[in-house]
Amino acid sequence: MPKVSLWDLPDLPQNQLPPHLQLQKTRVVCNNDAPTHTENITYSGAYAAIGVDNSLRLDEFRKNFKVKVIKLSEEDMEFDLIGIDASIANAFRRILISEVPTMAIEKVLVANSSTVVQDEVLAHRLGLIPVKVDPRLFDYMSENDVPNEKNTIVFKLDFKCERKSGERRTVYSHDLKWLPFGSEYVLSTENSSDPTSKPKTYTSFTSSQDSLPEFSNNPITVTPGIIITKLAPGQEVELEAHAVKGLGKTHAKWSPVATAWYRMLPEVVLLQDIEDEDAQKLVNKCPVNVFDIEDVGKGVKRATVARPRACTLCRECIREPGWEEKVALRRVKDHFIFTIESTGALPPEVLFTEAVKILEDKCESVITELS
Amino acid sequence: MEHGSYQDQSASTFSLADEDHTLANSLRFALNQDPRVAVCGYSIPHPSEALVNIRVQTTGDPAKEVLKDSCQDLMMICQHVRSTFDEAVADFKNNRGSESE
Repeated sequence: MPKVSLWDLPDLPQNQLPPHLQLQKTRVVCNNDAPTHTENITYSGAYAAIGVDNSLRLDEFRKNFKVKVIKLSEEDMEFDLIGIDASIANAFRRILISEVPTMAIEKVLVANSSTVVQDEVLAHRLGLIPVKVDPRLFDYMSENDVPNEKNTIVFKLDFKCERKSGERRTVYSHDLKWLPFGSEYVLSTENSSDPTSKPKTYTSFTSSQDSLPEFSNNPITVTPGIIITKLAPGQEVELEAHAVKGLGKTHAKWSPVATAWYRMLPEVVLLQDIEDEDAQKLVNKCPVNVFDIEDVGKGVKRATVARPRACTLCRECIREPGWEEKVALRRVKDHFIFTIESTGALPPEVLFTEAVKILEDKCESVITELS
Repeated sequence: MEHGSYQDQSASTFSLADEDHTLANSLRFALNQDPRVAVCGYSIPHPSEALVNIRVQTTGDPAKEVLKDSCQDLMMICQHVRSTFDEAVADFKNNRGSESE
């Protein structure tokens, strides 16, 4: 390399880091033994010594932040969040799993159960069944509250396996019937002072839930097809299940997602030209077909990176000695591929919006606490 | 709850009850990005107790104000995320509707 005088060295554009520092800051380098540069350099004065400002201007964030939806269905969605930090993406994931409220069966009143399944096991299984209703239409119920139509949903299960039939029957979740008028089991009271009034039940619904516009045409259901228990001839089960609103933090039955996860976008870079035999070896090594061969002309075959997004970072391509100088596996630190699988209560895009709202509410509560 | 000194307002520790890594890590990120902050970090004294201690030391401004501003920044980030996401979902649904026709 020719000697260049210090004064003639090219100027870096203002406020930009030299390329090797930029690589450290924005990429996790996945080596054969362990990943490096995994921490996020968030401190605003991290590069103050070289005069580069690392602080986040909101305008910069607004300019660079992008969302791309890859797949969207009623049950799950996959989308990309580009330009956001890991701590906030993780906060969304944690809130989706544990702090978005749902309705789930909490109290089970068993009138008659001659199944082989114990009452508490039956109640546990009923609690885990997803209830397909928008939880935003209901209020929380605390210890002192009376169960009413604003905070409880009542289901009934009444199943008898006839002694004559001679074969076992399965009780499925779609055998749970919604009772829009509330509980049918009467509370036992000492004094029947007023024989003309309606007997008090375990819930006090002042009006039927059926009359609300949201439920008048689509009744509240649970996910069908889930086996609750099996009955032999002569056994029967008769119970009422009350569903209330809760958070996944308290019990996993209240989690609105089957799961929600994210991964950072993988980046595969070929540091040298890989040709002919090596190229074929590389294409064969990768289990998810990230690489492809292209004909460069004159019969020379070169390897290219065709599908970096499919890469699972299994490191098969750099496992053998000598390959690490040819292929660089990295992850982009601010590009998150989010996948949300909903259990059916709310569609996944609504779930994500609710999670973001909950983070905003948390910040607001901190601000009010401080003022 | 703020633990600090009356003489030096620029450094104090805030104890938030009923919080965990979800809010604390995001707040720590927002605080770090503010140029007025010299040191910031959070710790959870015991995992069974829902308590977070956030330490903020600034270059002169009162720590409470800086924390409040960072909370505001975090809220703006969330709002922007929400609006961009809603737009992207609406676009996707429109495109999918026009493709299947």
